[in-house]
Amino acid sequence: MASKPKIAFYWAASCGGCEISVTELGMGLVDLSEKVDIVFWPAAMDFKYDDVRLMDDKEIDICFFNGAIRNSENEEIAHLLRRKSKTMVAFGSCSHLGGIPGLANMYDIESLCQRVFDTSPSLDDSRGVRPQAVTKMPEGEITLPTLYDHVKFLAEVVDVEYYMPGCPPVVDQIRAVFESILKGELPPIGAVIGADAKSVCDVCPREKGEPGFRITEFKRPHEVQLDPNKCFLTQGVICCGPATRAGCGIPCLTGNMPCRGCYGPADGIVDQGAKMASVIGALIDTDDPEKLGKILDTIVDPAGTFYRFGLAHSIMSKMKYE
Amino acid sequence: MKQKISIDPITRLEGHARVDLFLDEDGSLANAYLIIPELRGFEKFCEGRPVEEMPRITQRICGVCPIAHHMAAAKTGDAVYHVDPPITAKKLRELMYSAFFVADHATHFYILGGPDFVVGPDAPKSERNILGVVRKVGKEIGAKVMQLLRDNHEITAYIGGRYIHSVSAIIGGVSKPITEAERLAILERAQRSVEFAKESLRIFDDIVLGNPAYVDMIMSDSFAHQTYYMGMVDENNHVNFYDGKVRVVSPDGKELVKYGPDEYLNVVAEHQEPWTYLKFPYLKEIGWKGFVDGPNSGVYRASPLSRLNVAEGMATPEAQAEYERFFETMGGKPVHSTLATHWARLIEILYAAERSVELASDESITDPDVHTIPTETPTEGVGIVEAPRGTLTHHYKTNERGLLESINLIVGTTNNYAAIDMSIVKAAQGLIKAGEAVTETALNKIEMAFRAYDPCIGCATHAQPGETPLKIKLFDHQNNLLEEVQRD
Repeated sequence: MASKPKIAFYWAASCGGCEISVTELGMGLVDLSEKVDIVFWPAAMDFKYDDVRLMDDKEIDICFFNGAIRNSENEEIAHLLRRKSKTMVAFGSCSHLGGIPGLANMYDIESLCQRVFDTSPSLDDSRGVRPQAVTKMPEGEITLPTLYDHVKFLAEVVDVEYYMPGCPPVVDQIRAVFESILKGELPPIGAVIGADAKSVCDVCPREKGEPGFRITEFKRPHEVQLDPNKCFLTQGVICCGPATRAGCGIPCLTGNMPCRGCYGPADGIVDQGAKMASVIGALIDTDDPEKLGKILDTIVDPAGTFYRFGLAHSIMSKMKYE
Repeated sequence: MKQKISIDPITRLEGHARVDLFLDEDGSLANAYLIIPELRGFEKFCEGRPVEEMPRITQRICGVCPIAHHMAAAKTGDAVYHVDPPITAKKLRELMYSAFFVADHATHFYILGGPDFVVGPDAPKSERNILGVVRKVGKEIGAKVMQLLRDNHEITAYIGGRYIHSVSAIIGGVSKPITEAERLAILERAQRSVEFAKESLRIFDDIVLGNPAYVDMIMSDSFAHQTYYMGMVDENNHVNFYDGKVRVVSPDGKELVKYGPDEYLNVVAEHQEPWTYLKFPYLKEIGWKGFVDGPNSGVYRASPLSRLNVAEGMATPEAQAEYERFFETMGGKPVHSTLATHWARLIEILYAAERSVELASDESITDPDVHTIPTETPTEGVGIVEAPRGTLTHHYKTNERGLLESINLIVGTTNNYAAIDMSIVKAAQGLIKAGEAVTETALNKIEMAFRAYDPCIGCATHAQPGETPLKIKLFDHQNNLLEEVQRD
């Protein structure tokens, strides 16, 4: 890029962890701000929606968009930023795959609102009052955006050039991606950036099981004393490492907890949860249907575990909503 | 002619928010509303999930204060399974939590709330940010701020694997012990943090308390509310972030109630309005009387200021001395000035850092017995911690396999929703006058009213300076745009 690249950051339905991860650059962010123009970043800077609306189309070089699409405001801003940006990066799990907010796609929006506004045990006599698109107050009208029936990932609503996975993307990867942007070294359109091609298993230093090891009962992390040196699957604990892209630096495994898949499917894997199901199926030690049923019962939440971050992006979600 | 003014968007709030101000025909304020336009619905989609996964799922409610949800969920999981973690696990959780508090509070003081005082509320907007702070206090201090944040992120990562979305708090304890080398590395970082916490209080003394104009502003009625206060205390009624009972005091400082986690539904209720997605918690015994303060209104605040108001002292010596000086200077307990929350936050940093040193100095903290495997059938439980922005309550019910059937969450900032709304109304009443144009300085002072509560996105701003963007549009009663005031 000839002149200083113009960069934008935005968050939609998200937790703010992606923003914190960017700010973990510390003094590196101050250095970055000398090499690029940050033209929009509501979490940290005072540019407004109207400032973006006044920009020329494609004026922003790269927009890093985190968060899922949960309501009409999220989608409206996604379209606006798409129009104003040459390159759109789905930044973090929610934008890439729907993330943890995407677990809401197991339920419809009515049952979600029922729980929050009708049946929550701490509600008083106002229970049953629902947020309204327009409320007439004594002084005038107040409006609210509309909640969507299901959570979408960014590429469902606009074209996306790159995907940067992670919940959140780790700061070392953010630094590396910014460096490659400044050098003008961006990969082909459609690539996953800021991550490895391999799986978490491929880079995990834990002692692997003997070839042919099998599982007779699955254990939940609180039910055993977790061995910090052995593969979790050999301990009977579900770990999403076999289906998950590496590049995170495995901080969860270092913390002695199994992978939950936030970096999404590794190269060559279409559906992360389906891949996990096939890996787990191959590790179960029985051909007896009755025993098999008992062993499978010890996997207590396959959908919520194998699709922890990717449900909105999954075959399952498509089957429900198409 | 009646007017509606929308401040949209307000940023540096975790998530999204908007303020609508309604003006009477003479241009004075009729009313104001803080509107939260979004909902993700964790209470619903966590149904069916295994309860042991909640420490890792619920921290995605907030990536700015994830460790608060991580701890609340782990404690709730302990309660659901009726398991008591080993003493070393509790120490490790509290150590990690104390370091998190230091980092979170320091970010707010230096990056979000602090610039208003350090460089001044009337300073040019280009100076009212972290770079302005560094120019005022010097580069050496700026580097120390970054060091403080890094030190405390590293402490949490030694114990929890990572700072954002940590993993180690599990039902029955923690997932791994720490080594002696890690203990010493943590201790060194905690000791540095105590020194910088004291330095931060000296900076506050010099720049804020040394300036009569700031002191007048802190003491002014425009930034005060006579409310109830809530916060967690230990058995000596000292401030505690990780464990204890929740104490509530009245606007005149008398104890109204002191409750354990299981009793929260007897104390707190939530009111719902049709114009926002967020609920308004209040004290059940006093009742919901609308957006008003005083002893007859159930509105309460849960914040650093609230915690100091409900406690009878701090559990560490240097923080105790600062606590005494705080109430002497402010004229006794309780303190109602919202802006004094900034000072209270600094005293809490000192306490959290001192507590980290105490815990890391204890050589037995490297004991490998850090996890008790639960043996009882899971049922129902409530877990409470103090999040940096207020009391955080998780309540889960499971089936006999530990799969969640119902979830209720009352989250830090939510406690203060009614009070923040009232603070915006009061500040706007003082700043928007009949027949006068709305100025940019007035906008910043309206913002100062909510900044004191540290709305959650503040933690995100620690390295990149900026202002909360404000855009005010004036419409007539037929919705024709009359005037637009924008701070850029």
